[in-house]
Amino acid sequence: MTLDELPLGATARIIAADWGALVPEEAQRLRALGVEEGAEVRLAYRGVFLARDPIAIEIARMTVALRRVHARAMQVETMPSGGTASAA
Amino acid sequence: MTRQTMIAALVGNPNAGKSALFNALTGARQKIANYPGVTVERKSGRMLLPSGEPVELVDLPGSYSLNPSSPDEEVTRDVIFGRMAGQAQPDVLVIVLDASNLEQHLVFAQEIIELGRPVIVALNMVDLAERDGLVIDAGALSSALGVPVFPTVAVRRRGLADLTAAVAALRDRSLDAEPAHRPHVTAPERRMLARQIARGAILSETAQHRIHTQLDRVLLHPWLGPPVLLALLFVVFQAVFSWAKPLQDGLDNAFSGIGDLVRSELPASLLRDFLTDGVIAGVGSVVVFLPLILILFFFILTMEATGYMARAAFLMDRAMAGVGLSGRSFIPLLSSFACAVPGIMATRSITDPKDRLTTILIAPLMTCSARLPVYTVIIGAFVPSRQVLPGIGQQGLVLFGLYVFGVLGAMGAALLLRRTVTKGAASGFIMEMPKYQLPTVKDLALGLWQRAYVFLRRAGTMILSVTVVLWLLLNLPRAENPQDQVDSSIAGHIANGLAVVIEPIGFNRDIALALIPAMAAREVAVSALATTYAVGASDDEAQGKTLGAQLKTHWSLATALAFLAWFVFAPQCMSTIAVTRRETNGWKWPAFMLVYLFGLAYVAAGLTYWTAVAFGLG
Repeated sequence: MTLDELPLGATARIIAADWGALVPEEAQRLRALGVEEGAEVRLAYRGVFLARDPIAIEIARMTVALRRVHARAMQVETMPSGGTASAA
Repeated sequence: MTRQTMIAALVGNPNAGKSALFNALTGARQKIANYPGVTVERKSGRMLLPSGEPVELVDLPGSYSLNPSSPDEEVTRDVIFGRMAGQAQPDVLVIVLDASNLEQHLVFAQEIIELGRPVIVALNMVDLAERDGLVIDAGALSSALGVPVFPTVAVRRRGLADLTAAVAALRDRSLDAEPAHRPHVTAPERRMLARQIARGAILSETAQHRIHTQLDRVLLHPWLGPPVLLALLFVVFQAVFSWAKPLQDGLDNAFSGIGDLVRSELPASLLRDFLTDGVIAGVGSVVVFLPLILILFFFILTMEATGYMARAAFLMDRAMAGVGLSGRSFIPLLSSFACAVPGIMATRSITDPKDRLTTILIAPLMTCSARLPVYTVIIGAFVPSRQVLPGIGQQGLVLFGLYVFGVLGAMGAALLLRRTVTKGAASGFIMEMPKYQLPTVKDLALGLWQRAYVFLRRAGTMILSVTVVLWLLLNLPRAENPQDQVDSSIAGHIANGLAVVIEPIGFNRDIALALIPAMAAREVAVSALATTYAVGASDDEAQGKTLGAQLKTHWSLATALAFLAWFVFAPQCMSTIAVTRRETNGWKWPAFMLVYLFGLAYVAAGLTYWTAVAFGLG
């Protein structure tokens, strides 16, 4: 599963990232924010009205906004704890 | 010592509260400029050590790493390594950490500490951390990092004395000390270490940052968020137009009052006219922008300081992505509906240079308030005031159409520019959402003062010189009969040449003559046309009405429509050009803006005219 497919409110760990699929500056910016392999993230917000883009994830004590194209490059595995069951 | 004044630099992640700390340490003793060759703002100021000795404090742009991914980060790296032209290497680095986001901020902090340069850490915003239920042991953090750590609350001026004392102490020691050798680690190791150090320093912690999450649950809600944003923007625009208008009118009257006074006191001469119509009117034309800039920036800075700006960008990102921009361009473009000048100044918050440039280039296409006098006069004269549908008048519909025309033009231009001149790696949209905070009056006041200063000083000087040149063009050489002054002036001769060029799009020589002084500002076109058609009227309103009748006898409907289309695109505002020059650090982009917008204006007016003529309206 990729990060953009994660249900809203679910928590997951990033297990792999396809950095080559991203523009180098974007990949670097994501890593700088800690959005990389091993990170635990929670999908907190997604889109406006019916759109599913952009998304906002909670990571460490930050909320980070990114687009689906970025999230699609992140392979995640869901984690049981932490996520409040409010999948949309 | 080789140098008189010591230099210290604030360095840290974005949203660490660096600017607030900088303001608290330097007060109003600040200097703002651009770093040479780039559009990154250089902020420096004088900080006083406990001994009273001044230190130059530089606020480096927020960065995540010394391995740069943006022009801001390049500047930070170059200054730290002493490679930035015109900026001596800082003697002391003050790392600013957000106490409630240690795990993240310690990554970059370690990278800085590894350099072995004299470093102290300001553990900033400890009050917000405590609000979030975080208690941090500064001593433990200090021993883990191996550098002094001082808890601070910049906005409440807490911990500042300790910090400056530490800077002084470090200076005394760093003079003879060898650079410390510290182990270098890889980025993933740094992140792991950051996590460990943060865990070790946090004494107690509650589950979540609550206020933050609860506000976001509403403000970022897919259905609630947009109406809240819309309501907020509605209030902003109400305020801009209801507060700025009387202030602008007041300033306008004040300057014409001063002009009248000078006119009555001095004997009639070319010098007197130069003073009143050239210099005083020129200064006036710059100063009338101030209320608009201050009011708009009051809201923009408040939105930035509270953290809401990032939420607005999130909500608008999808819509802006459609034309190759990101949510960050939304507020600058929206501000441009009031005036492109503050809009272009607000693009500083766009991190990606290509996004920022595109936004600057399309900002003048948003229908600003200065176009309204032109639109109103022409529509009033040529569009019958009848109802198309109950409650919807034809005149209003045309006006609305002009706004839509501008927005569509901007979207088309953005799409084209993004594929051509501002092509480049799409910045996408990756941004950290800052925590919500109450803004401080002092920081807001300082921010407003800085915008006003930058505008008056940098743009004002250029605007004034253009006004003076325009005046000279319109008044030299002197005609024997004052009635013929405009015709026999240099501008009159230019108009003769211009008339040939714009004749194909339905413009006559009178219009050519009005377009020249309207280079100063669009609304000048109205008074210039009024002068040309020699309409004697006391106030603008009456002038507008009688002018309308005059225009109807001199212009065809096709010409009037073409004239409206022209003003949707034409960059006839030297303040916009001056601000673009200042914000892009050179003449290349303002020149490009002039050429492309005049090109668009010509084509749009031409198409309108030819179509109208084809429909028998010529």
